[in-house]
Amino acid sequence: MTIMGVREEKPGVRVALTGNESIARGALEAGVAYAASYPGSPTAEVLGTLAKVAGEHDIYVEWSVNEKVALEGAAAASFTGLRSLTVMKADGLNVALDFAGALAISGCRGGMVIVVGDDPAAHSSVREEDSRNLCKVIHLPVLEPSSVEEAMDMTREAFSLSEELALPVVVRCVTRVCHASGDVKLGKIARTEREPEFQRGDRVITFGIALHAMQEQKLTRASALFCKSGFNSYTGPQRAQRLIIASGPSYMYALEALEMLDLSRETGVLKLGTTWPLPESLLLDYLINASEVVFAEEVEPFVEDNVMALAARHWKDIGSITFYGKRSGHVAGPAGPGIGEMNPDILAGSLSKITGAAFKSPVLSGRKGALELLGEKMPGRDLALCAGCPHRASFWSIKTALELDGRGGIVLGDIGCYTLGIARTGYHILQTVHCMGAGVGIAGGMGKLDRFGFNRPVITVVGDSTFYHAAVPALINARYNRSNFMLVLLDNETTAMTGHQPHPGRSSTATGEPADTVHMEDIIRGIGIPCSLQDPYDVEATIDVICRMLQQEGPRVLILRRTCALAAVKGKQKNRVYVDGKRCIGDACGCGRFCSKVFSCPANIWDAESGKARIDEAVCNGCGVCATLCPRQAITVERTV
Amino acid sequence: MPKLFAEPLNIIITGVGGQGNVLASQILSVAAAEAGYRVAVGETFGVSQRGGSVMSHVRISRDKPIGPLIPRGRAHVVAGFEPLETMRVIMDYANPDTVVIMNDRPNYPLGCLLGEDKYPHPARIEEAVKKMVSRVHTLPATHLAQEAGSPLAANMVMTGAMAASGLVPFGREYFIRTIESLFTGGVRELNLRAFDTGYSRISG
Repeated sequence: MTIMGVREEKPGVRVALTGNESIARGALEAGVAYAASYPGSPTAEVLGTLAKVAGEHDIYVEWSVNEKVALEGAAAASFTGLRSLTVMKADGLNVALDFAGALAISGCRGGMVIVVGDDPAAHSSVREEDSRNLCKVIHLPVLEPSSVEEAMDMTREAFSLSEELALPVVVRCVTRVCHASGDVKLGKIARTEREPEFQRGDRVITFGIALHAMQEQKLTRASALFCKSGFNSYTGPQRAQRLIIASGPSYMYALEALEMLDLSRETGVLKLGTTWPLPESLLLDYLINASEVVFAEEVEPFVEDNVMALAARHWKDIGSITFYGKRSGHVAGPAGPGIGEMNPDILAGSLSKITGAAFKSPVLSGRKGALELLGEKMPGRDLALCAGCPHRASFWSIKTALELDGRGGIVLGDIGCYTLGIARTGYHILQTVHCMGAGVGIAGGMGKLDRFGFNRPVITVVGDSTFYHAAVPALINARYNRSNFMLVLLDNETTAMTGHQPHPGRSSTATGEPADTVHMEDIIRGIGIPCSLQDPYDVEATIDVICRMLQQEGPRVLILRRTCALAAVKGKQKNRVYVDGKRCIGDACGCGRFCSKVFSCPANIWDAESGKARIDEAVCNGCGVCATLCPRQAITVERTV
Repeated sequence: MPKLFAEPLNIIITGVGGQGNVLASQILSVAAAEAGYRVAVGETFGVSQRGGSVMSHVRISRDKPIGPLIPRGRAHVVAGFEPLETMRVIMDYANPDTVVIMNDRPNYPLGCLLGEDKYPHPARIEEAVKKMVSRVHTLPATHLAQEAGSPLAANMVMTGAMAASGLVPFGREYFIRTIESLFTGGVRELNLRAFDTGYSRISG
């Protein structure tokens, strides 16, 4: 939870760290030399943490343009014998998968760890992909921490394991580990003393089926090592007939659920910290005694399916077992088996169904009365673009321009804060959202459909960081094939959604050193596509330029550039914005409460007592856009600079 | 080490993105670790950095490793930075013995700004909360923070109130030390001032 904790040199001390800090600390204790990543939740803070201590430990730390390039750079360090770390979210593994699959065949030299953040319940993702399935496909071993402390220990040990197997090792962390915090017992920080070497005769290649056989041997070896691994452990009675096999934080939930149900004495819990390849002989030792097995894991039935396949292969030895899990439908949250997160209540409910043990949560007797007192449905809380967010102004301008244009233009979306353009806060303006850069590729396709009679104007929006990450090839394709669409580049000069990391358009690197800025205008014009620049806070001018560009043909780009409102006010005195009570005439105006009800910036609230608009000073970031839109000019901005 | 009144002690801090409740849970848990306790914190926040519901589960134990999520109905303390969010969390996680510390200042959801939903009157929410749990401390944390220098320091006022509630098994000095270690200059002074305001409000 603090960088001091990550820096602490004294081994044996207990400090509170977040899961992501704990992963960074584990890498430090392993003597990592090279770390590269593209920011993605829930693992975005690992690299930022390493960047803060890079100088004092002489580590190379970079924000890469995307996950594939990050993984390739980390592999290079490993090929020379150095230890390297790459960090990505599950979606990032998809981006890096082509190289990851090849790397799993060629193998590596210096310990190489790939931390993948999965996001069960998709708290900050477009999907809740279970990356363990991909790791199995490409033949990479997977460790899965159940707690913040184990995230540190596993990351550290994964480097040695990687060297022993000459194979990258994946540490799969879910949101409830990455974004959790806990006290961890620190080990010793190791300084890297290796000298990189890659001689003329060295070869690291991916070619032919001979290497496939070697890859299979490595996994067989990994399975044998995992049978002795301290990351797999058992708690419970000897020869338990009822066995829970749990991985990740579901292990902690399982222990708590058993306590709540008073079943701890009769049920065994086998914690699986190494989830691929399975520690087969270890599992068989426990399966032989069991007659009932319950699986606790997130998200897909990965351990469940693979353990059941193992049991099928050995059915003669282990006899009959009833398996309870997602496949049987017994272990399931409210959305159904294999969907959403686990938690202690879901597991307790599932175990109660399976065993018949009673499960009752403490009851809140006054709940009904309290709801009656409120008299109506409690309002929900939508996600909202921040007060002063330049994307709100951009969306407002796009929406207005398309209405003025009148040809039923469509708007395609992409991944970033501006994905909220699918929701009320972004006027429901976005019509497609998939993955990084996809909006531009889809726009390219839409822009070629005129021969079939599809003539709607096409706008696609993409953020600055996403532009560098994944949009450039689609833009080259659009120019080459003469597609017809308008790209609006929402440039807030940072990777805002994951916590303001820099990208190639910025002037400094992950560690704060000067960078050679790659200007997006240069890339776009270099491709041969015309490009205009506009400040989205000037709504009137933005609407004008969009309307004009909608009339043009071919691929064209409008950059709407304005620093993220949160980054802009950080550490600064904000502009003061207030409503002039004499000018605002409330509902008599006829504006339909434009500022709060229509433009709907969260800082524009309605004062029911005075019947007039008000600015919530605790929320307002002082952009002043509402002042330019108010039909009675009733909003005043006192600029501090 | 004093005995906890519950093992583990389950505290939920809830509010709206941007109110700084992750920071409050950080101060609480770093202080707990400094005081020699085991801690586990589970943060729940959505896509948006601001505007969505945010909830931190803080669990403090004498000696046991614990999972990051508090089961339903088993929170001992709910610190609500926003009335509606407090109500929401209580309905899921409180029991009649849960102690509630609540900021009285609403933060209006988008649906209310749009006029599609109606925000209940904060006094009504307080009354409803009192129907469900026996001990409720309501304080004007945002207003007190504003007096201390910035409405953004409401999270420190609330942290001070939690520290003074008598429910946390370690003293004020651990909080002060943590705040001093995390901040510098004017922000440190502001946060310490806000913390004291909340602390004295509850301890009287």
